[in-house]
Amino acid sequence: MSGKESGYLDMELLRFTTAGSVDDGKSTLIGRLLYDSKAIFEDQMEAIERVSERSGHEEVNLALLTDGLRSEREQGITIDVAYRYFATPKRKFIIADTPGHIQYTRNMVTGASTANVALILVDARHGVLEQTLRHAYIASLLQIPHVIFCINKMDLVDYSQETFEKIKSDIDAVSSKLSVKDIRFVPISALKGDNVVDRSEVMDWYDGPTLMYLLENIHISSDINHDDFRFPVQYVIRPQSAEWPDYRGYAGRIASGAIKVGDEVGVLPSGFTSKVKTIDMMEESLDVGFAPQSVSITLEDEIDISRGDMLIKRNNGSEPKNSQDIEAMVCWFNERKLMPRGKYVIKHTSSDARCMVTDIQYKMNINTLEKNEEDKEVGMNDIARIKIRSTKPLFFDSYSRNRITGSIILVDEATNETVAAGMII
Amino acid sequence: MADDSISVKLYCKTNQLIMDQYRINHLKELEAESIYVIREVAAQFENPVMLFSGGKDSIVMFHLARKAFWPGKVPFPLMHIDTGHNFPEALEYRDRIMEETGTKCIVALVQDSIDQGRVVEEKGVNASRNKLQTVTLLDAIENHKFDAAMGGGRRDEEKARAKERFFSHRDEFGQWDPKNQRPELWNIFNGRKNMGEHFRVFPISNWTEMDVWQYIYMEQIDLPSLYFTHKREVFNRDGVWLAKLPFMQLKDTEKVETLDVRCRTIGDVTCTGLTLSTANTLEDIIHEVASTRTTERGGRADDKRSESAMEDRKREGYF
Ligand SMILES: Nc1nc2c(ncn2[C@@H]2O[C@H](COP(=O)(O)OP(=O)(O)O)[C@@H](O)[C@H]2O)c(=O)[nH]1
Ligand SMILES: [Mg+2]
Repeated sequence: MSGKESGYLDMELLRFTTAGSVDDGKSTLIGRLLYDSKAIFEDQMEAIERVSERSGHEEVNLALLTDGLRSEREQGITIDVAYRYFATPKRKFIIADTPGHIQYTRNMVTGASTANVALILVDARHGVLEQTLRHAYIASLLQIPHVIFCINKMDLVDYSQETFEKIKSDIDAVSSKLSVKDIRFVPISALKGDNVVDRSEVMDWYDGPTLMYLLENIHISSDINHDDFRFPVQYVIRPQSAEWPDYRGYAGRIASGAIKVGDEVGVLPSGFTSKVKTIDMMEESLDVGFAPQSVSITLEDEIDISRGDMLIKRNNGSEPKNSQDIEAMVCWFNERKLMPRGKYVIKHTSSDARCMVTDIQYKMNINTLEKNEEDKEVGMNDIARIKIRSTKPLFFDSYSRNRITGSIILVDEATNETVAAGMII
Repeated sequence: MADDSISVKLYCKTNQLIMDQYRINHLKELEAESIYVIREVAAQFENPVMLFSGGKDSIVMFHLARKAFWPGKVPFPLMHIDTGHNFPEALEYRDRIMEETGTKCIVALVQDSIDQGRVVEEKGVNASRNKLQTVTLLDAIENHKFDAAMGGGRRDEEKARAKERFFSHRDEFGQWDPKNQRPELWNIFNGRKNMGEHFRVFPISNWTEMDVWQYIYMEQIDLPSLYFTHKREVFNRDGVWLAKLPFMQLKDTEKVETLDVRCRTIGDVTCTGLTLSTANTLEDIIHEVASTRTTERGGRADDKRSESAMEDRKREGYF
């Protein structure tokens, strides 16, 4: 069976998130991508046609495809993260569709946490607004490697090149303050389809790629950290069966880097060293394991290792930091405000510890990107730089170096809710 | 200068090669993610269970669980919520797989819930036990003191499911509050809860129907024969082909025909639509899925009841 016949067995997975303010056309754009790539089924189309008709829309409202909960359909807005899927011969896409209003910053952060690419919508009529900056900042804070600014509703500005260039240079001016590796611009009309999947016939002045071309071709395999081997132990497999009396496998997902059979690994926190005996994936034994595979690793020596420990490779000089003191940028998720000197549970890779917030250094004004060192009250949707002390050492890297070993969440012990997400500095 | 740029190019080139070597396809990446989630459940909960319906999604999920703990046994039992309205082939398959893999499968009967007066059976030709399963499921979770129940739900199935988390918190009544869900970032899952509450976990959230079929093909997973074409007595109701089995009530106008059909999903017989198809290999099925223009749930009468039928059922504690 050839690749094509098998329905494309060998595709790459790309996760992207969409940001933009209410009415910038996010839902319409996603609907368009799904529709033009034929990911929408007839029964789904019929269902939205019925609803569009009932609510008096002239054209079929593609936005209805993504607005999933009854309350959202009634209000016509997106209030939570919705996940959508489509595939082309090259890639399978996972979209995290998130609302854009400032009161939903936390949802945007959630969608951004796993994304390879962020699409930021800008309404061509309004140009760069406060919120454009905010969305770009979140993409940069969450270290999304690629950001594509979609200048939307070009049909409403006569497909003007001048308008597009002006917005582009305005964004260039502010993005220099941010740390995004790869920034692109595409002039589109989500409603009419220009430059989304098919090249615009009207905007002949634009000779760059369509949005779909970018999504299909942006190089993402180098986004993962391939240098530092990090393996948080998730679970210990000990069958103690007649067939496998002595098997002791450390199960987990490789967070970054690669490991070969025979490589020397260090164990944290004990500091012991051993060699890799096998890397197992069911009956399949691998010579090399690499991120983001889930494997079970056995070692040459019997060492006491349990969940929360980490296997690392020391040979290339970069070891994770091993400390009880952590500094992080956090986004606050909960109605209950951050309690200065408050106690929380910190979750980091496979370990849990209790912790205390020892200092709030500043709060970020995410509309102006100014630091506020006066008002340190951190409430829902706020972003702040804080210091944390945990009751036991954690082994971490900076978030900018490693999105998996550099991220944490805080949990409120009283309600068990996830109250914050943090990027370690 | 010139030398520099050559060595930079060479460096980029080798780097590129290394990266391409460390690349996995979408199925392997989905597999790695799901295995991670299943192991996380085994590590974070004291008494988890995996729901098993005999449908392809739960078959894939169980396959992933076996991979996750190999060469050890799957460290939790499976549970089948049995409406009593089954395809016999699905039950035979269930029993055979459990025996072959040495796994324990708890069977919770909707009939018991009816006999105990916990639920009242629907009446009429469209009567279905699909909705009643929720009570049987919640009772079983409570009786066995399960603190996490893994299900094979996928976000691409239905729009209310698109908002579901991997770790989905349920209150002491087993209810889902879609507007008050815990945020889920990176791969950090928060399974903390109070006494009496539980979690539903969806390890294959990010898979599409096509991914499931491609994966079954890639791994050559054994399936119930129902998924492949076979001749069967069927009748058409509101555009949906249903199986003529003893407990199905027919209207006077409905006539039974024998046609080549197969299942696209397997659920309660009363609401599982069959597809007219002659596909008898996995390749055929993948072709068929690639060219079909309706969702697999399009054949399910339970979703057609209203625009938000699934959301309402899920709020109450459905799968
Ligand atoms: N003329 C025009 N209208 C658009 C375009 N994209 C979206 N819209 C309209 O803008 C409104 C808001 O779109 P929607 O997708 O719901 O925005 P969201 O709030 O960002 O999800 C709807 O009435 C759309 O039809 C576009 O490219 N051109
Ligand atoms: Mg929207």
